[in-house]
Amino acid sequence: MRIIVCVKQVPDTAEVKINPETNTLIREGVSSIINPYDMHAIEAGLQLKEKKGGTVTVITMGPPQAEEALREAISMGVDEAVLLTDRAFAGADTLATSRTLAGAIRKLGFDIVICGKQAIDGDTAQVGPEVAEFLGIPHVAYVKKIEEITEEKIVLYRMMEEGYDVVEAPLPLLITVVKELNVPRLPSLKGKMRAKKAEIKRFTHKDIGIEEDRVGLRGSPTQVKNIFAPERKKERKILQGSPEEQVEWLIEELKKLKCI
Amino acid sequence: MDYFFTEEQKMIRDLARQIAEEKIVPVRAELDEKEEFPREIMEVLAQSDMFGIFVPEEYGGLGMGALELCIAVEELSRACLGISTSYAANALGTYPILLFGTEEQKKKYLPDIAAGRKLVAFALTEPNAGSDAAGIQTTAKKEGDYYILNGLKQWITNAGEADIYTVIAITDRAKGARGASAFIVEKGMEGFSFGKKEKKMGIRASVTRELIFENCKVPKENILGREGMGFIVAMRTLDQSRIGVGAQGVGVAQGAFEEALKFAKQRVQFGKPIISFQAVQHILADMAIQIEAARSLVYSVARYIDSGAKDISKVSAMAKVFATDVAMKVTTDAVQVMGGAGYMREYPVEKMMRDAKILQIYEGTNQIQRNIIGQALIKEATKLTG
Repeated sequence: MRIIVCVKQVPDTAEVKINPETNTLIREGVSSIINPYDMHAIEAGLQLKEKKGGTVTVITMGPPQAEEALREAISMGVDEAVLLTDRAFAGADTLATSRTLAGAIRKLGFDIVICGKQAIDGDTAQVGPEVAEFLGIPHVAYVKKIEEITEEKIVLYRMMEEGYDVVEAPLPLLITVVKELNVPRLPSLKGKMRAKKAEIKRFTHKDIGIEEDRVGLRGSPTQVKNIFAPERKKERKILQGSPEEQVEWLIEELKKLKCI
Repeated sequence: MDYFFTEEQKMIRDLARQIAEEKIVPVRAELDEKEEFPREIMEVLAQSDMFGIFVPEEYGGLGMGALELCIAVEELSRACLGISTSYAANALGTYPILLFGTEEQKKKYLPDIAAGRKLVAFALTEPNAGSDAAGIQTTAKKEGDYYILNGLKQWITNAGEADIYTVIAITDRAKGARGASAFIVEKGMEGFSFGKKEKKMGIRASVTRELIFENCKVPKENILGREGMGFIVAMRTLDQSRIGVGAQGVGVAQGAFEEALKFAKQRVQFGKPIISFQAVQHILADMAIQIEAARSLVYSVARYIDSGAKDISKVSAMAKVFATDVAMKVTTDAVQVMGGAGYMREYPVEKMMRDAKILQIYEGTNQIQRNIIGQALIKEATKLTG
């Protein structure tokens, strides 16, 4: 089984502080980690390999220093790592990112693609499903349990707001995973030694055969106008009186808010 | 202080520390309370290759030495001495195979040990043979293709949990110390069972039980070395492993010191953090001095062992005594610095103090260690004066 895991290197939010004036991350002096949800994706990939055989390839798009994240994944036991790095990739939104990742995944070949449900810096949860669209394969998001997998199909528990769905899907497919799925393993000493020496493959836009204006900032329709923390409205009113009075009052209030 | 570790040594330290902080610290109090063997932690250590550090590469290990093992033991001990005892006892049980095993024995046992698939225990102590190892009463009688073992081993770390046991038994009582032999006994062999589980003062996450041999049939090819070499196997094993107990001392002392330091900085009395009082500073300073001195000695001796030196008995005994006496002193002082809080189970130092005591007792009491040093000094004096 050919297993691809997508990861992202993100700032360690346990250390990160927000500049209250600009509402942006203060990145100086903050160490980088593998996006925590992606750690669960790596673990899922390794467990599938242990059960079904095959190889686990981890890929990321990022600057050259994102190689660190890939080496960490190798120390946990993944077989190979690919870094999508190219000046042309810079400034990508989720669409351009997904197109780029999908290009690389298609080139590598796959039976299953595993992503974390979202990255803790961007928080969009879009890249996984978008990659599936570019690849033209089904996807199941928010997977909390892999019940069964054969060469042709997979049975998954998809986390919902209340309870979960049991989903059967054909392979190849893409899944995004939540932290309830597993406990990511620690690296091993042999893994760390291998990671130190391992060769990391590098792909540019040419390697994956995508035009320069379809990747990075030029391939990104999203324009960020402003970044701000959503304001919390703390206003609240407590209903009082008899049930009839409360209903009347509630209807008035809802009308005022133009809800009805 | 920088001890100029290699990249690989730093790797071991960092990973052992990560395991200690992420996996051990959150569960140590509960394991102590319940006197529960840390099976899950053992699996984490196995997966991280920690059991293979000192096993040669041709048998699936990392091919490193005493210093690397000490680094791992120290980091684990900083979090929990009970868990580090289970881990270190595995090395103790493995050394007889490593030092005296035949190629077949090594091929058969070491790969599983290195991968952490099989846990090991070392069995020397008996009800009447502790410091006086010559008092061993367990016998091994050769009958055809087997040795038949009879007797009782006591206070055996990892007993019941381990799959492989290196056991010292008497093959010829008439020969005294030269009448003992060492055997590899596997769990499940006919006539081999386990006795009661001991209730201990400390290191309660480690398991300590009796081994019972009732006409236990051990294949004759499971003898380590030759008949009569049992005491040599035991003594050389202890010479090799003792430094690990020193590393445990450094680790637990470091753990207790950090707790005391943190507490002293935060605890306010008379309107100031108690660390601002000289009386407290001096206790902390003495703790720091002793820990650094113990660490330096442990690392130096470990490097000496790794150099292939033969005369390691005296220096390894020195490191064991010094570092474990420091551990007892420092953990006791940590409780003192923290006062009432230190005495409560809510904080980890009371456990560290209870745990530390065993270090002065097991793998040769500190009095026996001083005997070893004394005997070496007599030999040296004889060389000088004739």
